[in-house]
Amino acid sequence: MYNRKYLPILVTFGLFVLIFAAGSFRYTGFFSSQVFLNLLIDNSFLLITAVGMTFVIVSGGIDLSVGSVIALTTMISASLVQNQGWPPFVVIPLVLATGAFFGWIMGAIIHYFKVQPFIVTLAGMFLARGLCYVISINTITIDDAFYTKVAQTKIPLPGNASVSISVLIALAVVAIALYLAHYTRFGRSVYAIGGSEQSALLMGLPVARTQILVYTLSGFCSALAGVVFTFYMLSGYGLHAVGMELDTIAAVVIGGTLLTGGVGFVIGTFFGVLIQGVIQTIISFEGTLSSWWTKIVIGLLLFFFILLQRLFSSRRKTIRS
Amino acid sequence: MNRMFRHHLFWPLAILAALLLFNLFYSPDFFNIVMRNGHMYGSLIDILNFGAPLVLVAIGMTLVIATKGIDLSVGSIVAIAGALACLTISRGTDQNALSLVLSAVGLTVGLSFFLGAWNGFLVATTGIQPIIATLILMVAGRGIAQLITSGQIITVTSDTYNYIGNGALAALPFSIFIVAAIYLIVSLLTRKTALGLFIESVGCNPQASRLIGIRSRLIIITVYMFCGLCAGIAGLILSSNVASADGNNAGLWYELDAILAVVIGGTSLNGGRFYLTGTVIGALIIQTLTTTIYMIGVPPEITLVVKAFVVLTVCLIQSEVFRKKVVQRWKTRRYPAEREVSRHV
Repeated sequence: MYNRKYLPILVTFGLFVLIFAAGSFRYTGFFSSQVFLNLLIDNSFLLITAVGMTFVIVSGGIDLSVGSVIALTTMISASLVQNQGWPPFVVIPLVLATGAFFGWIMGAIIHYFKVQPFIVTLAGMFLARGLCYVISINTITIDDAFYTKVAQTKIPLPGNASVSISVLIALAVVAIALYLAHYTRFGRSVYAIGGSEQSALLMGLPVARTQILVYTLSGFCSALAGVVFTFYMLSGYGLHAVGMELDTIAAVVIGGTLLTGGVGFVIGTFFGVLIQGVIQTIISFEGTLSSWWTKIVIGLLLFFFILLQRLFSSRRKTIRS
Repeated sequence: MNRMFRHHLFWPLAILAALLLFNLFYSPDFFNIVMRNGHMYGSLIDILNFGAPLVLVAIGMTLVIATKGIDLSVGSIVAIAGALACLTISRGTDQNALSLVLSAVGLTVGLSFFLGAWNGFLVATTGIQPIIATLILMVAGRGIAQLITSGQIITVTSDTYNYIGNGALAALPFSIFIVAAIYLIVSLLTRKTALGLFIESVGCNPQASRLIGIRSRLIIITVYMFCGLCAGIAGLILSSNVASADGNNAGLWYELDAILAVVIGGTSLNGGRFYLTGTVIGALIIQTLTTTIYMIGVPPEITLVVKAFVVLTVCLIQSEVFRKKVVQRWKTRRYPAEREVSRHV
């Protein structure tokens, strides 16, 4: 079953295992199922966003608005639930629709007016952040019964470990995304457009629909991540998730997705997120290292993986020619 | 008349004029300038003073964008520069000593050169897309800045250092002179020598430029180094203005403001063409907008919403497809027969 195209994923997976093993040898109490599950618990929102971003990057675009959309979602949920007293089962579908709509508009502008995705989503990033402050400049704390219950519910697992509901949502998103990417027409079209938009168009693939759907999906994922983030923080704030877009892109790149589009796997992104999580865990286990080391290490990893990508893509070219 | 409309500076200048006109009606004392202790005070001076770092970063960004690149790391370089300068000064025994401040400035300029060169090296020799290559330093840079300041906000009490961002020369803020000097040097270098042409040529097609004998790589590395330098000096001005360095928040979202200024100034993100004067006006527009919003009394964070619409509008106007669609609609509305005729030809 060995296939060259799985090599980047194997590198990512191997690196994760290596870092996790190194941590286990160095720190007592590191090698436990709960530490591993905490990776998922603390990064479930990152995982959901990164899955949406994987589709965007595979299609050859980029979405810088994800962090702001998360903040906007927490803000809308908090103000509607807390200040207006709306029931959560109305608010959650509403914010999900808002996120998807936001992505849809950006996708439409990118496709129909041929403006660079980078700039359009940059404007979207400004807009969503600004809208947060239009709602309120201060933190809105949520003490709604439903939200606190979801936040505190622990699902026990064998081996004295437990996960939160957010993890189940994130894993479901990964599963659906895997199906979407590899077993549907939509997924194939995304890869085709990422490979070459021109060829995809000439093949008769629905380029317009797919491209707009990709950004809609990313907006939806960000909104869903925002809902999960609301469970995690139990508050809405305009400065939530600042810089998340970079973490997300880093996770996708570390997961082996090519930034030029056309190549990438959802499962790679999954391990990319886990690698970021395990680095944070090691730094907190170390105790003496400060949190900013996380940024430096992630920057270095990003560098390493981008160089690796260059190596792979240039070697592939020489083989072809 | 038509030529005036077509001039590339027309729209940026018109926007700036409209903003100033609005201020004139909204608060008549906007244009007042008072002299106090040999300093000039007033909203216009504030705009120039607070806008100085942005103008600088935007000038550097213009050249990078002209080579079809982009530099996302300027905000982080601003933070690193401020952190290094403040750390060096706070370690000194006599914070007011000129030699100490000069060595701090020298160190910072050197480091920002190096950071710019790193970006340039990644873009030019490894062939990584500029967005991604500079993303690395953008992520890691904030960490480095916090590493330098150990996560604290370093304050300095050096009057000499404070002069860079707050001092006055001939009653005008000193920072304006730094910016003016750099703007003059760059415009002379790019418009009176072939350098500007080389940069535009590399932006159009690096491969072809190399074949006609331009050292594309060298040009690209130089441009990124210059952008790093501009960001470093902007970091010096910003940190000396508030007499402290904050690794987390200094220069946050500066890269976006700078890109916005460049785009408003008429430089296309597709490279190959650049307008330095347009960029300066673009940066001034952004600063005027921010000041105006402060003065109206709207929460300053709302600026983001306004900026979002400005970016979108400017980009849509630059988009050829959008222009064609709009023009087509006007035309069909005015001459309904034209479509019919062209269809039968």
